[in-house]
Amino acid sequence: METTPKDYSHIKGWGIDADPHNNPSYPIKHRTNGEHAGYVRPDLPQQPETVEVLHSNERPNLTAVFGTSAPPSGLSGMIRRLAFRYSENEYRHWLPLLLADRVNVVEGILDDLAHGHIPNIFAEKGGKADWKYNRAGAIRSIAVGALLTTGALVLLTRKSKAPRRSKTRSNARDKA
Amino acid sequence: MLAMNYRGPYRVRLDRNKPMPEILHPQDAIVRVTRACICGSDLHLYHGLVPDTRVGSTFGHEFVGIIEEVGPDVTKVKVGDQVLVPFNIACGECVFCKQEMYGNCHESNPEATAVGAIYGYSHTAGGYNGGQAEYVRVPYANVGPTVIPADMDPDDAVLLTDVVPTGYQAAEMGAIQPGDTVVVFGAGPVGIMAAKCAWLFGAGRVIVIDHLEYRLEFVRNYAQCEAYNFKSLEDPVLFIKKTTGWLGADVCIDAVGADASGNAMQSITGKKLLLQAGAATALHWAINAVKKGGVVSIVGVYGPTDNLVPIGNMMNKGITMRGNQTSVKRLLPRLIEHVQAGRLNPKGIITHRVPLEEVADAYHIFSAKLDECIKPVLIPSSARA
Repeated sequence: METTPKDYSHIKGWGIDADPHNNPSYPIKHRTNGEHAGYVRPDLPQQPETVEVLHSNERPNLTAVFGTSAPPSGLSGMIRRLAFRYSENEYRHWLPLLLADRVNVVEGILDDLAHGHIPNIFAEKGGKADWKYNRAGAIRSIAVGALLTTGALVLLTRKSKAPRRSKTRSNARDKA
Repeated sequence: MLAMNYRGPYRVRLDRNKPMPEILHPQDAIVRVTRACICGSDLHLYHGLVPDTRVGSTFGHEFVGIIEEVGPDVTKVKVGDQVLVPFNIACGECVFCKQEMYGNCHESNPEATAVGAIYGYSHTAGGYNGGQAEYVRVPYANVGPTVIPADMDPDDAVLLTDVVPTGYQAAEMGAIQPGDTVVVFGAGPVGIMAAKCAWLFGAGRVIVIDHLEYRLEFVRNYAQCEAYNFKSLEDPVLFIKKTTGWLGADVCIDAVGADASGNAMQSITGKKLLLQAGAATALHWAINAVKKGGVVSIVGVYGPTDNLVPIGNMMNKGITMRGNQTSVKRLLPRLIEHVQAGRLNPKGIITHRVPLEEVADAYHIFSAKLDECIKPVLIPSSARA
């Protein structure tokens, strides 16, 4: 075991917040038992519900304020609505939400294209920074991407040729 | 206005036409952002690990700025005030806020009861837009926003919105006794700050474990502690047992969360296959490295489903585990004192100051640990003028 140094004078503020009675520590340090009364809605004005807000079925109401950043929409929104039928205790709540997130990514690309915007995925993934600080890795990624694209093109070309070969063989059989 | 725009895992961009936020509740304020950090926990969103992270959202829960507009019921701040905004959205009135559990407010997040509301942190955390933008809506403006002391550097202030209080609360929840050995897993911004704050509670020895040499070197100097690379240790838990006289650390802090490295099975099931809520490697090590009767303090963020950890050892060893989203408002008065007294130097961890327009590059640099990045701060053009 290494020897514990006993002189902490080089550490500014050493021990200044030491509290031998800090147990139980936060978060139950200041418990009031107010929870014993159950949920009581504080006297707060309610934010108007101007967009669709999904709320957990583990509470009876909307909170007094809520975010409005991206209301559910499209196929991902349908999946999210389904997920919110189940409590936070259920995989049926969380796993569909993860699925909806991935569907939402595709929706985002389609939405971009529908608005005439071709997403610059290279830039969105921080390609410029990668080129500057991780050139070898960036070149490797580009090479792998090119390899995969070439492989996919070769496969697609083969598939498109396949029916012609089949037709030729069929003709040959007919002639025989 | 300009705002960060999430497009999917590992894809973000600058949106030049995001609609301006509006007052939607009498206690709302609109803040013009002057600094916004990217947090290590933003990377969990960026990596697609947090359910209900919707395309089009703006991230950012660490920001400071100037009050631009207030709702009719806002009395504690006024237009023109320079404020730091705690990352939790808290009403100040519910039963949890009244116990100073501002990170567990029950009146700000309708979409999950297990999670308080956090700016720009998915719909699981309330669906609010975040501060990686020119302007942001700040609900319950009588509770959260705190006027920045005139003598405080805004770079210090922006780190008081999350990193400093989270590191401090990690140490506080460890219930450190004078002379205790404290092991911090993770040398990211929060781990660095947890190591620094452990001394304030009288730790006798502080050890940080990570795998990035530049961060280990940084934390050795910044937090005056020991730091070890788990890649060079055969088994980090065994190492901690040996170096603590075979009994284990008094306190272990998980300052990593869902994006941990170090265990292939955890990484594959947690980060690649999403069969668990992220890789729980750091928490696994913390439980196994702490002494019998010791304390494990968790500030690393995990998703809401579940994780593989040796919970049986928790029972057998009599471990106390504490964790929580940080109650920033509760800690601010003390932490402002520490900064003003020079006991804490938050801005010392900032390594990158990036224009908001280059948000995609900033995320990639931070995520891929390029250019020895420890803490990036985004600065909107309006704040640079």
